Amino acid sequence: MQTKRSTYQNRWLPFFLLAPQLAITLVFFIWPASQAVKSSFERTDAFGFKTTFVGLDNYARILADPSYLNALGRTAIFSISVTVLSMSLALLLAVCVNRVLKSAKFYTTLLVWPYAVAPVVAGVLWWFLFNPTIGLLPHLLDWFGISWNHRVSGTQAMILITIAAAWKQISYNFLFFLAGLQSVPQSLMEAAAIDGAGPFKRFWTIVLPLLSPTTFFLLIININYVMFDTFGVIDATTAGGPGQATMTLVYKVYTDGVAGLNIGSSSAQSVMLMGIVIILTFIQFRYVERRVNY
Amino acid sequence: MVENRPFLNILTHLVLIAGVLVVAFPVYVAFIASTHEPSAFVRGVLPLLPGDNMFESYGQMLSSGWKVGGTPPVWLMLGNSLIMALTIAIGKIAISILSAFAIVYFRFPFRMLAFWIIFITLMLPVEVRIIPTYAVVANLGMLNSYAGLTLPLIASATATFLFRQFFMTVPEELMEASRVDGAGPMKFFKDILLPVSITNIAALFVIMFIYGWVQYLWPLLVTTDEDFYTIVLGIKRLMASSDRVPAWNLIMATVTLAMLPPVLVVLFMQRLFVKGLTETEK
Amino acid sequence: MASITLEGLRKTYAGDVHAVKGIDLAIEDGEFVVLVGPSGCGKSTLLRMVAGLETITGGTLKIGDRVVNKLEPAERDIAMVFQNYALYPHMTVYNNLAYGLKNRGFKKPEIEERVRKAAKMLEIEEYLERKPRKLSGGQRQRVAMGRALVREPAAFLFDEPLSNLDAKLRVQMRVEIKQLQRRLKTTSLYVTHDQLEAMTLGDRLVVLSAGKIEQVGTPMEIYARPASMFVAGFIGSPAMNMVPLEYLQTRGTTDLLNDLPPGTDTVGIRPDDMRLSPPNTPHLIVESTLELFEAAGAESHLYVRLADSDQPTVIRVSGQPPVNEGETLRFFVTREALHPFNSATGLRTG
Repeated sequence: MQTKRSTYQNRWLPFFLLAPQLAITLVFFIWPASQAVKSSFERTDAFGFKTTFVGLDNYARILADPSYLNALGRTAIFSISVTVLSMSLALLLAVCVNRVLKSAKFYTTLLVWPYAVAPVVAGVLWWFLFNPTIGLLPHLLDWFGISWNHRVSGTQAMILITIAAAWKQISYNFLFFLAGLQSVPQSLMEAAAIDGAGPFKRFWTIVLPLLSPTTFFLLIININYVMFDTFGVIDATTAGGPGQATMTLVYKVYTDGVAGLNIGSSSAQSVMLMGIVIILTFIQFRYVERRVNY
Repeated sequence: MVENRPFLNILTHLVLIAGVLVVAFPVYVAFIASTHEPSAFVRGVLPLLPGDNMFESYGQMLSSGWKVGGTPPVWLMLGNSLIMALTIAIGKIAISILSAFAIVYFRFPFRMLAFWIIFITLMLPVEVRIIPTYAVVANLGMLNSYAGLTLPLIASATATFLFRQFFMTVPEELMEASRVDGAGPMKFFKDILLPVSITNIAALFVIMFIYGWVQYLWPLLVTTDEDFYTIVLGIKRLMASSDRVPAWNLIMATVTLAMLPPVLVVLFMQRLFVKGLTETEK
Repeated sequence: MASITLEGLRKTYAGDVHAVKGIDLAIEDGEFVVLVGPSGCGKSTLLRMVAGLETITGGTLKIGDRVVNKLEPAERDIAMVFQNYALYPHMTVYNNLAYGLKNRGFKKPEIEERVRKAAKMLEIEEYLERKPRKLSGGQRQRVAMGRALVREPAAFLFDEPLSNLDAKLRVQMRVEIKQLQRRLKTTSLYVTHDQLEAMTLGDRLVVLSAGKIEQVGTPMEIYARPASMFVAGFIGSPAMNMVPLEYLQTRGTTDLLNDLPPGTDTVGIRPDDMRLSPPNTPHLIVESTLELFEAAGAESHLYVRLADSDQPTVIRVSGQPPVNEGETLRFFVTREALHPFNSATGLRTG
């Protein structure tokens, strides 16, 4: 890894400069993470008196546990739905904003602010709109003969959290797509126009392929977002229910560990989550290395 | 490029207006709800036009809170959120800029090790280390304290990377010229590097402020004392009681107040926000 | 003001990369010395070692009578002008000039006086309150010079200071730097890859190649008697033509080749020394085909290919001779024009 061509010759100063960050990292990241790894190999009895080493038993149990596999499946469905929904809407909006030159800034302003809304708040907002007793949307759906109650229907609960999570993520995807679109060279569009390609053809044959790095990048980021940052959305709307219909992996770590106090199982789940983050980070970095020239 | 397709232009604007409305709709409904009297919600359907109870709802939540809902006054929770967001934003920037400075401008033993230790935090978001981190904070006696709320969220590989990236683009000669001009490392840092980084710092500050403001899971775990509730957490507490007493006007007033500060930050510092967002994620 | 003495100065990077391989050089007080060579020859590294921006692996560096090997740049009493100027972007021109003085604990009135004086000398007084980004390239260059000037150091170090300017401004600034140095008589070490800049600026040139000194001397000494084929090719434009001795031995009055020093197998001829009309003294006669004619105003360049050989060669003549591309050209070379070299060692044979 590079430094500057000439560097300061100072023995202790760099360590002082690094000390705050390293201290916090060690105390609040590395140490807890290693504790999680440690307790994922242990089991504590019901009264918390005795801790025994059980090897991979916790992992074996999780992987054999239908509710964990169920959560894994739910998380996958949830991730894909949110990613597809928010990315496609964001791309549509970005393409439109990129077309209107004069009012682009105006629309951008009106589209980006949900980024600043907390996931819990996003959950509350949509939960309110979909509230079976007083919400607006169930009344509307009633006209179409759809009876809405996400407290009963697992599918409807999943739709609710998907909409809330996607709503909040649109602004983020929108900004990156817009930046990607703006970096498509104008001369390329002009060349295609001279070659007789209309706006739609240009979009499919030139813009979309050129956007693929952005799209891939957003794909990873969105999956990461859905897996980890939607805890608030779920906790505010469905709390994993009804049944286990909206139980994601992160929410399960929380309920098993904090509410259920099953430390061994929760730790093993945490370690598996870390594995997923590491894979995602790795993919992202490999790809970033290729995209950006250091 | 000369291209005149009126139909397409109209369609574009229609899509955008629809997009803006969809994005804004939930917030509009929440705001409207906050302006009505509690009785407005009994009838079943939500009103779509503002009521006349706005000042009462906001006034009550800001000044005294809502006892039944189990929350302190909103101003107190706003204050806690502000402290948390500011501490996290400033703290992250301060420790990351120092460590990035060390990594870029010094060569020293264990440099790579230090870099990897920082790098690893990327892979350990608080969501995956909930219980052991809680245990550490509890052991340090930091439950129900600002330190407990903020310190575990303050280390940031992202910010360190951003500053490292930026420092690498600062011309080498600037540091060399300052050395010839008699400035040591810390003087260079203070007189030259900080001023040159100011836009990056500001952009990062906007992103980190929002990051701190919207935190939920962590405050949920470490604060049981009302005095340390953040506004985001307060909303969840209010929600929990909504089944018993559906005072939607009060809940939605709180929701509106909770959204306002970070949304205003985004709107008024849009340029910095966009810069911060696109650069932190590269 | 001071002399600068380099004794066996070496720089080795990790992985056994030898950037500077033992340089001995004595720069006198007030002298203007130019380090010149192609990129990667170690000239910038050497300058940065003198400045204290690169550590010294071996040898001794003295500024005046002080050994400064281990001193910080600020303690060496030198000032440096960087290629990209390295102006502090957030400071006004005034503060850019004053920064080094402030760090050295100068009092305000003294700083003010020195900055005004330097600004006046460089004609940048009216820009003192501006930020560098509001200045043109030439103005920035002047500010960079000013920053060196205010310090009144023992020596100026210049690291390709003109390479970011356009051609016209470069010539103008070149003249100004030379005049300024004449006036101040401050010892100066100047790095450039541009041989014309080196020739016109330096009291003495140091031609470097692959981390070693090829030749030291006044510009004219080096031009007249390049010590190696490398220097011959590097100094002078268009570059000196190299012709195998064997080839010349069959052309014209070859007697004059007999007194070439032993070991000579290659002969260098400057493009200006190839005449199109026969001189009165004994000479060689070489036939060639004109491949390209380049008119450059006051002079012309003729790109020819020697007969019975595929050796490309350049001739420089003043004015515009009446020649056509494709025609056969005969040119004449006298003994004085021949620079004898040995191609195996690359050195001049005498």
